[in-house]
Amino acid sequence: MNNNNGFPKKHPLSVQLDLTKFEPLTEDEKRQQDIMSTPTTFFKDGMRKLFKNPLAVISIIILLLIAVTIIVAPVIVPYKYSEIISVNGVRDKTAKNLAPFTYSEKEQAYREAGGKVFPHIFGTDAMSRDYFIRVVYGTRVSLLVGLVASALVLVIGLIYGSIAGYVGGKTDLIMMRIVDIIYSLPDMLIIILLSVVLDQVLGGLSIGILSKLGTNLISIFIVFGLLYWVGEARLVRGQILTIKKNEYVLAARAIGAKPGRIIRKHILPNCISVIIISTALQIPSAIFTESFLSFVGLGVQAPMPSLGSLANAAREGLQSFPFKLVFPALIICLIVLSFNLLGDGLRDAFDPKLRK
Amino acid sequence: MTRYLTKRILLAVLTVFIIICITFFAMNAIPGGPFNSEKAPSPEVKAMLLKRFNLDKPVLEQFRIYLGNIVRGDFGISLKTGRDISSTIFESFSVSARLGIAAVAVALVSGLILGSLAALMRNKLADRIIIFFSTLFTAVPSFVLATLLLLVFSIKLGWVPVWSVTQTHYTLPVIALSLYPMAYITRLTKSSMLDALGQDYIRTAYSKGVAGWKVIFKHALRNAIIPVITYLGPMTAYIITGSLVVESVFTIGGLGSKFVTGITNRDYPMIMATTIFLASLMVMANLVSDLIYKAVDPRITFE
Repeated sequence: MNNNNGFPKKHPLSVQLDLTKFEPLTEDEKRQQDIMSTPTTFFKDGMRKLFKNPLAVISIIILLLIAVTIIVAPVIVPYKYSEIISVNGVRDKTAKNLAPFTYSEKEQAYREAGGKVFPHIFGTDAMSRDYFIRVVYGTRVSLLVGLVASALVLVIGLIYGSIAGYVGGKTDLIMMRIVDIIYSLPDMLIIILLSVVLDQVLGGLSIGILSKLGTNLISIFIVFGLLYWVGEARLVRGQILTIKKNEYVLAARAIGAKPGRIIRKHILPNCISVIIISTALQIPSAIFTESFLSFVGLGVQAPMPSLGSLANAAREGLQSFPFKLVFPALIICLIVLSFNLLGDGLRDAFDPKLRK
Repeated sequence: MTRYLTKRILLAVLTVFIIICITFFAMNAIPGGPFNSEKAPSPEVKAMLLKRFNLDKPVLEQFRIYLGNIVRGDFGISLKTGRDISSTIFESFSVSARLGIAAVAVALVSGLILGSLAALMRNKLADRIIIFFSTLFTAVPSFVLATLLLLVFSIKLGWVPVWSVTQTHYTLPVIALSLYPMAYITRLTKSSMLDALGQDYIRTAYSKGVAGWKVIFKHALRNAIIPVITYLGPMTAYIITGSLVVESVFTIGGLGSKFVTGITNRDYPMIMATTIFLASLMVMANLVSDLIYKAVDPRITFE
């Protein structure tokens, strides 16, 4: 027994479809099934959002420009940060406090005689040193401090926070009490105090990089490592506590995964965006702290400049040479502002709580 | 309530104790003693001096004596000036306190006003301008701001006289201290105000026919202010540390500049005393802001 489209009917109660009752899709309707956009991952989607944010893009460009400048400038500019300007091999003591793009008398004479003098883009300082190269090195130091300090904070906070959050119970309680106490200490004052002390204690040591960066810089790192990680540790612990309750963690544990593997493979990838954002915002705060300490006179060792110590040195003769304050001040503000805006942009793009 | 209060106060006392420990033992770690200068006194005189300042006793005993002296308000004498540190602190603190309180007041009032304005005029020109400047000001360190203000308004334009003993002009230092917290409070208020304005009770109030200003002040602002209260502690800390550089830039003889001179001179008793004093002040500010926060918001229960 066949029905009208030629297929045998299996059973009276069969739900076999009657094809004649269907009509083919039109071209227009077929197109609705097309994949309109390429499939995307969390990371790609976040980056797309980030690059749509004009403020974040401008910040990235500014930071890249600064990075390129501080890498390339020491190669191009023939002066050194601690070197008194010399004309034709003779030290030029008249080249003090030159305004940007001007030349001292000796340099002028040398130029007229056919010699070439590299222009002083930011002028010179009170000790006849090229100010541009000093600002470049100051920026290098400040950025180095920001990056190393936040890396330290990230590593210590990550390890401490993951252990406290994952183990839980009494361990967590004790670990977080320690964090509470460190958190309530006034960090800036302790930093000043420890810088004063470490300067004296480490003063005797002079091992390679130590002597070049100065003990103060090392003490800044030590202090960051001692005090600033607590915020990061709290953040990581909070993240881990929420993620730990998810079923996939339970499943991983049920099939016998070890805690280290669960933290690395299942928990951290899920809170990494929040952690990266907080690290990005940690960098400007470290730069702030370093410039503050340098300004108070506890920063890097002379003649190595930092943006803070340059701004401090510019206070003498502020009336006559205001440009010496303006350059380092402007660069601090630019760096801090860029990192702040970039951090905000990253948060808007990657923070799962803000994503819609 | 009482239980929370005691717990909180105990924690604050513990923090201050830890700070005293850190300062004392850190300073003790510095090699060399106060009488090891080039003009070394004769052994007998040195022994007498050490006995006079209890430096011949074991470290723990010294710590006990130091702690006892602090409780009595005695911070010892300055290595450089030879003056009693406690009286120096209390003299210079009055100037710093005036400066700090003015800065807190300015930051709070203007921050709240600007933040509410930005929230109410959301996405309008006023909002954009306010947010632009508050973002900008959170990136300017206080010492840069202080030096720039001094340069522009005192030196170049001559509108505000440079600080001297006879002429005390608080305008510029207060601006230098309060701009960063003001910018922060503005941003904080804006986001919490937007949050509050989106709540159901605001719609209810409007639909009941409550006047617009009354809704904003009584219903929205009172709820929006709560996150700002938690910022009071960090703000005090910022203003205290900021005052170190701002006072030195404007050459104000307050506690901040005394601290910085102490650091430059390596005047250890002075550094210890000011650190402990300022740190206790910050701990106190944190305690007060925590307590106000709990008292203001009835939704928060005392543990």
